[in-house]
Amino acid sequence: MSRTLTYREALREGLDEELARDPNVVLMGEEVAQYNGAYKVTEGLWKKWGDKRIVDTPISEAGFIGMGIGASMLGIRPVMELMFWSFHSVAFDQLVNNAACVRYMSGGLINCPIVMRGPANGGTGVGATHSHIPEGLFAAFPGLKVCAPATPADAKGLIKAAIRDNDPVYVMENTLLYGTVGEVPDPSEGDHVVPLGLADLKRVGSDISLIAHGRSVIHALAAAETLQAEHGISAEVLDLRSIRPLDVDAILATVKKTNRVVLVDESKPFGGVSAMVATLIQEHAFDYLDAPVKRVCTLDAPAIYSHHIEHLQLPNPSRIVEKVLTIK
Amino acid sequence: MSTAQLDSPRLDFAGSAVNRELTPERKIDLLRQMIRIRRFEQAALKYYNAGKMNGFLHLYIGQEAVATGTISLCGENDHVITAYRDHGHALAVGMDMNSCMAEMYGKQTGCSKGKGGSMHFFAPDKNYWGGHGIVGGQTPLGLGLAYGLKYLGREGCCLCYLGDGAVNQGAFHESLNLAALFDLPVIYVIENNGYSMGTSQKRSSAYRGCLAQRAEAYDMEWDVIDGSDLYEVRAKTHIAMERARKEHRPSILEISTYRYYGHSVADANAKKYRSPEEIENYKQNHDPITLFRKRLIEEGIITDEQADQIAKEASEEAAAACRFADESPAPTIPDIMTDVYWETDNQTPASRIGHHFFND
Repeated sequence: MSRTLTYREALREGLDEELARDPNVVLMGEEVAQYNGAYKVTEGLWKKWGDKRIVDTPISEAGFIGMGIGASMLGIRPVMELMFWSFHSVAFDQLVNNAACVRYMSGGLINCPIVMRGPANGGTGVGATHSHIPEGLFAAFPGLKVCAPATPADAKGLIKAAIRDNDPVYVMENTLLYGTVGEVPDPSEGDHVVPLGLADLKRVGSDISLIAHGRSVIHALAAAETLQAEHGISAEVLDLRSIRPLDVDAILATVKKTNRVVLVDESKPFGGVSAMVATLIQEHAFDYLDAPVKRVCTLDAPAIYSHHIEHLQLPNPSRIVEKVLTIK
Repeated sequence: MSTAQLDSPRLDFAGSAVNRELTPERKIDLLRQMIRIRRFEQAALKYYNAGKMNGFLHLYIGQEAVATGTISLCGENDHVITAYRDHGHALAVGMDMNSCMAEMYGKQTGCSKGKGGSMHFFAPDKNYWGGHGIVGGQTPLGLGLAYGLKYLGREGCCLCYLGDGAVNQGAFHESLNLAALFDLPVIYVIENNGYSMGTSQKRSSAYRGCLAQRAEAYDMEWDVIDGSDLYEVRAKTHIAMERARKEHRPSILEISTYRYYGHSVADANAKKYRSPEEIENYKQNHDPITLFRKRLIEEGIITDEQADQIAKEASEEAAAACRFADESPAPTIPDIMTDVYWETDNQTPASRIGHHFFND
């Protein structure tokens, strides 16, 4: 049975189902319980599940993120909300030294089945400190897994996979997607889980591949429509969904099919996710390329505040169309 | 508690209930444990200087009564986590000398397969969660262990150790707030050896009275303990552990102690920021092993000869551990790529989707 949910509702449904499935799943974070979530992702869950399962924390990221990691070592499965992923910086030691390295340094004796989730995006007029997009940063740490869903169905499926995973998974959401609507399989059709490491072909095309993740997928799909309607260019859109593990096979398959590629990435250009994807393409599909790999990233400066031009600093459909048209 | 305060007469805690119940055999075990820690580290120092180990070596010599006394109180639901000066706690929880020494030698037979080194010993089967290299970084983890115990309904506590140099880290203060706010069964044990690497307590911390007193700001219980007296360590720590187990209330314990060596063996100034008299006073008058040995002889539990025999056996055990470590194989290049992800190590279906690693 087809039905639509917002991205926010889909995440909530995924969290709710996992709370029901496993009594060791605990949601923690600032304002997640009594306030119903700063972005209302967790709305109603405290009322349903109570104080033990839905826990308000003080504004104390290093403390409560580290606490969650410690609890996960004992087999609790905490789902930690960062009100903004931008706040990672005050918990960085916990996020990269403890969560990512404790398994390795213990020779595999310990694992941390923990999820860190929250929005990681620009475009909301909150300035540079609140607009960091760190999926490439965290994917650079072996021991961590990172995903960035673009649609309600993927948001639900990935949050469920993340909670069931036995390693730390950092889920990067987007405040500008929370209200977007999409079809999500009905629970009566079975357990909707989207595995980490599996990309999704969101649009089939033949002339060029647009490879993106997160909200950039939505921009790429819009750009593909314009390219088709106004320029007769058939663009394929591959949604990475998961950054690490990464579906390298799907990336190479679309490049080998269309022979041209534009990477769309809300990261900054230096060392962003698209930088990694570009190097994989040149290394493994060089002979299939008919043109250099191009990128549309966030313009390389701290996030500007001004709402007059903030959206122009980020990837958007017109920037993607322009970039595609530069390719012969 | 300064060493001057330690020099003044102290209460006798031998009569505390938790010490009265110790059998003579158990008391001898505690002495043996402290001696084993010291002999293990003396052997480690010898072979560190001989070039058998890499990296840092943070010695616990002088502080043995802290780990031995506190961990002797642990039951099956009590957990332990500490910083990088972690050898004493490792042996006290029951890790064997061979795997610990082999870890420092960087060998496959090490407790972390040669992937952690001196600062990163772990034994979750013995409720020992490390061994952490970043000053104060383990304090939220200890909180999480306590959170887990309470969540799972287990009557236990977490002993989370830190040095006096860690008390000014933000993560520690955040942990104190959360511990008191959430009523978590964690005991923060400040092992105060007087120096934050080369900077004395007075030059690194602002405090009234003592460091543990900061607990009052978080409405938390605290106490100060003479770390050279094993009986006092046990008597006072027991109270904090019971408070945690039975009432889920956290505590800070500040245990005065002293390290004979530098911050690490690489500490070139170890004898410059402390006077020779200060070091000598501690060795002569406050050595926890010497004091407890003397005490057990006075109690008629052990003879000098028996104590010497224990020391001899500990030296032999440590020497054997060095031979074991030396003869063990080094990790291989394929070993570098294991123990990164649980899912790939266990070859689960999830591990077969997408690329987890990006080697050339």
